[in-house]
Amino acid sequence: MKGQCVDQQVENEEIEISLLLEAIYLKYGYDFRGYARAHIKRRIMHQMALADLSNLSELQHKILYDRGFFYKILPDFSINVTEMFRDPSFYMTLRREVIPILKKYPAIKIWHAGCSTGEEVYSMAILLQEEGVTDNVQIYATDFNEAVLAQAQQGIYPISSIKEYTYNYQRAGGSGSFADYYTSQIDSVKIDASLKKNIVFADHNLVTDGVFGEMNMIICRNVLIYFTRKLQNQVIGLFVDSLCPRGFLGLGSKETIRFCEHAHKFESIAEEEKIYRKLIK
Amino acid sequence: MKTMSYEAVVIGASAGGVEALSKLLPLLHPRLPMPIIVVQHMSTRSDHYLTQYLDRICQLSVKEADEKEIISPGFIYFAPSNYHLLIEMDRTFSLAVDERVSFSRPSIDVLFETAADVYGRSLIGMILTGANSDGSRGIHKIKQYGGLAVVQDPLEAEIDKMPKSAIQSTEVDYILSLDKIGEFLNQFI
Repeated sequence: MKGQCVDQQVENEEIEISLLLEAIYLKYGYDFRGYARAHIKRRIMHQMALADLSNLSELQHKILYDRGFFYKILPDFSINVTEMFRDPSFYMTLRREVIPILKKYPAIKIWHAGCSTGEEVYSMAILLQEEGVTDNVQIYATDFNEAVLAQAQQGIYPISSIKEYTYNYQRAGGSGSFADYYTSQIDSVKIDASLKKNIVFADHNLVTDGVFGEMNMIICRNVLIYFTRKLQNQVIGLFVDSLCPRGFLGLGSKETIRFCEHAHKFESIAEEEKIYRKLIK
Repeated sequence: MKTMSYEAVVIGASAGGVEALSKLLPLLHPRLPMPIIVVQHMSTRSDHYLTQYLDRICQLSVKEADEKEIISPGFIYFAPSNYHLLIEMDRTFSLAVDERVSFSRPSIDVLFETAADVYGRSLIGMILTGANSDGSRGIHKIKQYGGLAVVQDPLEAEIDKMPKSAIQSTEVDYILSLDKIGEFLNQFI
């Protein structure tokens, strides 16, 4: 392609992506307009190729007129790649620095925002159980993607990932045998039902839904990296309003609140692990 | 070559890459006017050791790319291990933990394809040693968008599969040894 053609193609693609995201928002209420553009563009182009469509306007037409098609591709717009005890040092730090403080509270409320297929939610449940926090604790695990939420609720994972999870568990300071927390099926494992008793799974969209009240800790890992700075500010604002005074916030290892307009409302508990604590106003 | 100016250089390397980059990157002049952005396939459990080591031996500053960081000349940026590195239209980085692409995260294709959108014909893409074919789609898109494709000489590369695959995927502009790649880049000062 000649230079000018390329410039025009990239420019037109940008316009078509903006229109497509607007169309999805107007039609279905899912708002991806504040997502980091390069990423959402890759996902959209991928779906366009899979559907064997030749341009974005065709894709927009299909999304508007074929509701079934939209709901079929929707899960691909969120990222559902996660693991148990992902970044073990994060969980080690929770175990050592945060849980001892939370234990002193009469009741604990924890919100896993953007929980995806639930691996990190069960990691938290294991951690709490091992630290003796079994009563008066409620974990709210939310995601906007109902399909992954259903998977999270089932707690069934491929057996091929268990080796990695066991390694992570041990490095996260696991005090028992990881095999005690699941039962093996043919090619999958099922998380032990006892770990589910304090977990409530619920549909919640961080972009368009409101405050989730009075949490002692919010865990939201590798979600904010997909948002523009503006949307990051909005969502961290939502977390500020959802946390009780001195509540904790745990982010992904490449995420930070340092450049966010709410940064001054937090102190850093473990900068390397991205664990923050809300200051008293 | 001097008549054309380039805004950025993207480099992809896999097996044998740490050694190749340790040889190539220290050659680069501190006043090189364009940023260098690198994907080196690594074990998912690796730490910051590579960037710290390279920062000590390079004349340019070497660091891991942060999400939303503004891309500037004077720096060699590395994709963090276990994250895809993407370039946004406003010339900042974004990170993603999406599925592996061609069994890799970070993926060279993901970096190259998003870079081609942003920099178009003012982009140089380079494929070095490696034992897979990641980067071939990316270098093809860079060429398609008018950018420049440079590949490490397969005869010199520790593992020649990735350079060969890149050469097959598109009409590359230069096939060079690491020394020559260093000289080639330094001419843009």
